[in-house]
Amino acid sequence: MRPTASPSNPGNRPLSPHLQVYRYQLTSVLSITHRMSGVILSLGAIVWVLWLAAVASGPDSYAVAQRWCGSFVGQIALFGWTLALFYHLCNGVRHLAWDLGYGFAIPTVYRSGWAVIVAAVLLTAIVWIVGYGT
Amino acid sequence: MSLRTPLARARGLGSAKEGVSHWWWQRVTAVALVPLTLWLAVAVASMAGSGHAVVVAWIGSPIVATGLIMLSVTLLYHAALGMQVVVEDYVHHEGVKLGMLVTFKLAAVVLAIMAVLSILRIAL
Repeated sequence: MRPTASPSNPGNRPLSPHLQVYRYQLTSVLSITHRMSGVILSLGAIVWVLWLAAVASGPDSYAVAQRWCGSFVGQIALFGWTLALFYHLCNGVRHLAWDLGYGFAIPTVYRSGWAVIVAAVLLTAIVWIVGYGT
Repeated sequence: MSLRTPLARARGLGSAKEGVSHWWWQRVTAVALVPLTLWLAVAVASMAGSGHAVVVAWIGSPIVATGLIMLSVTLLYHAALGMQVVVEDYVHHEGVKLGMLVTFKLAAVVLAIMAVLSILRIAL
């Protein structure tokens, strides 16, 4: 017999995500990735301002900044920030479209989600090809 | 029985009439950041590995300096609004929450001052 729903026994009603047994979907993963990329980019904003300060402080401090950016760890971090930036930017545009009332149908939500992933990877690749090409 | 008047009980519990302000400015800064960050990404990528003089000359142009100040201030405002929501959603201890909210907001202000001063020092 199906149990009666109550606050302590919700029966068959949907529960909020129980993370250990949760079946992930594209929609929820992209949603939390938007927040995580935002937090990562906030840290990136600190590095951006420190870089500006290094340029303003003169050639010596700029050389230190460039050495850090050019190091293996620095390049990995910059690549991660580029990907986070383009993901957050593309998914942000997706959110703005939702704010305007467009794209709420479930197939559209999945299509725009995959489009965001492809666009973010492509834009990251373009920027790094340009960066290494010059 | 309380001797407080109905008005006294209701006062301070209503809308502060600014409910949509946070949401709205997050969107306005988001729209502004779309062209600004695309511009910055292309510019920084094409200058990757350049010497100090090249970067100083680029930032020194009044148009670029204006764009960079707009970008930096908008970016930090957007980040402060976003981090506020993250803290409010995931930090449940009132004291820690308050401390983080104030710290992050202050950090955004300090970084904005630092960015503007650095750009002006290069451009002026």
